[in-house]
Amino acid sequence: MGKDKIIRVMVAKPGLDGHDRGAKVISRALRDAGMEVIYTGLRQTPEQIVTAALQEDVDALLLSILSGAHNHLFPKVMQLLKEKGGEDILVIGGGVIPQDDIPGLKNAGIKEVFGPGTSTEIIANYIKENVC
Amino acid sequence: MHRNVFHCSLSPSTSSADTELINKMNLVDGVLKGNIRDIARLISVVENELPEATNAMQEIFPHTGNAYTVGFTGPPGAGKSTLVDKVTLHLCRLGKKIGIVAIDPSSPFSGGAILGDRIRMRDIVTEKDVFIRSLSTRGSMGGLSRAAGDIAKILDASGKDFVLIETVGVGQDEVDIFKTADTSVLVLMPGAGDDIQSIKAGIMEIADIFVVNKADREGADGLVTSIRQMLDLNPKPGPWRPPIVKTIATHNEGIEELFSAVSEHREFLVSSGSLAERRRERLRAEIIRLVERRVSKIIQSQIRQNGRFEELIEKVVAREDDPYSCTERIVGPLEKK
Repeated sequence: MGKDKIIRVMVAKPGLDGHDRGAKVISRALRDAGMEVIYTGLRQTPEQIVTAALQEDVDALLLSILSGAHNHLFPKVMQLLKEKGGEDILVIGGGVIPQDDIPGLKNAGIKEVFGPGTSTEIIANYIKENVC
Repeated sequence: MHRNVFHCSLSPSTSSADTELINKMNLVDGVLKGNIRDIARLISVVENELPEATNAMQEIFPHTGNAYTVGFTGPPGAGKSTLVDKVTLHLCRLGKKIGIVAIDPSSPFSGGAILGDRIRMRDIVTEKDVFIRSLSTRGSMGGLSRAAGDIAKILDASGKDFVLIETVGVGQDEVDIFKTADTSVLVLMPGAGDDIQSIKAGIMEIADIFVVNKADREGADGLVTSIRQMLDLNPKPGPWRPPIVKTIATHNEGIEELFSAVSEHREFLVSSGSLAERRRERLRAEIIRLVERRVSKIIQSQIRQNGRFEELIEKVVAREDDPYSCTERIVGPLEKK
């Protein structure tokens, strides 16, 4: 019987968005919740994000964007994940994402979107409940 | 400290033994073919010590021994990740395939970790022949995680020419890297506030190559001199005199010199027979470690089954017995078997 598995997540910032405070706050919160958090840093292309997510065998991928390019970049990430065999990764979005855009993103495969002000505990619990 | 860890229980009990076998075989096959998803999955299997890990490593092992491993250690902020990024880029241009294992410390409170070495490795993330895996120490001391050696073997078997291992650098205890890598590079930087003397003597004596990174900063030449003096004072110098390479990783300066130093060390090890010897010693140490772990598990389970253990402890607490006799009582009967 193997040991209980530690949850591995990736926090990624696609595109040219330079606001990383939220991503760093989430990263620290998830670490404090016992997860291993791979933080990619700023200005990642969808290709870089997907390659990293696959190599790191993450359970969840958190995409953070505040620049408004989510409608283009998030589906692009989902498409690449599908192409490269990463459909089983839980993908959630965060940042500045208008309510109206959320159904479209969910259609593309983003499981949930957590806006600014969401408690980190809620996010941590959501991940825990949805990766197993 | 209570560990507040979110766990995910993996229970393979629902698969039949045959399905598991087939799954495992495909995973190893995929690794040998260089399939990224399979390499990543097998690394997870091994890191999490799942039941199929041992069998998989048994199959992987015959395919190892080709890759050359280089370890990078040193204090935090010295620029190890950036150096690894630039060295890898250089190796890519030479047509080499590289695996990178980047290790960061786990939180002693939560057991989690932030693994941020990838941030510095921007140049190489989408290179076709580069595989980067970030690991947490998961509580291990010594700068490596327990699984790091096996993960290096997986990357080796997947066809990499070089495996670069970047360890946690707290300047004190990263001794494990020297037992795992063929060439060990100690990365320092000027003005970090620590005197050479404050870095554990053991590390300074075992490093094969010294790098003074951020060499454009004040104190760089002074640091080089200090290292040289320390090497001069070594009462037991071996045939290999560790070179000191100045680099400015962020400007891509000194990278070719560093690579030359690594190549020269490799040639030295090969021609002197030391490479084969070092690798034999590593395998010997690994086997001893594996045997000790198995034996320890057997004894621990016997102690648990025995049930009398708590009674024995109470006697020692009450000073009616002592820890040494108590140990004899437990282990003695097993030794006589």
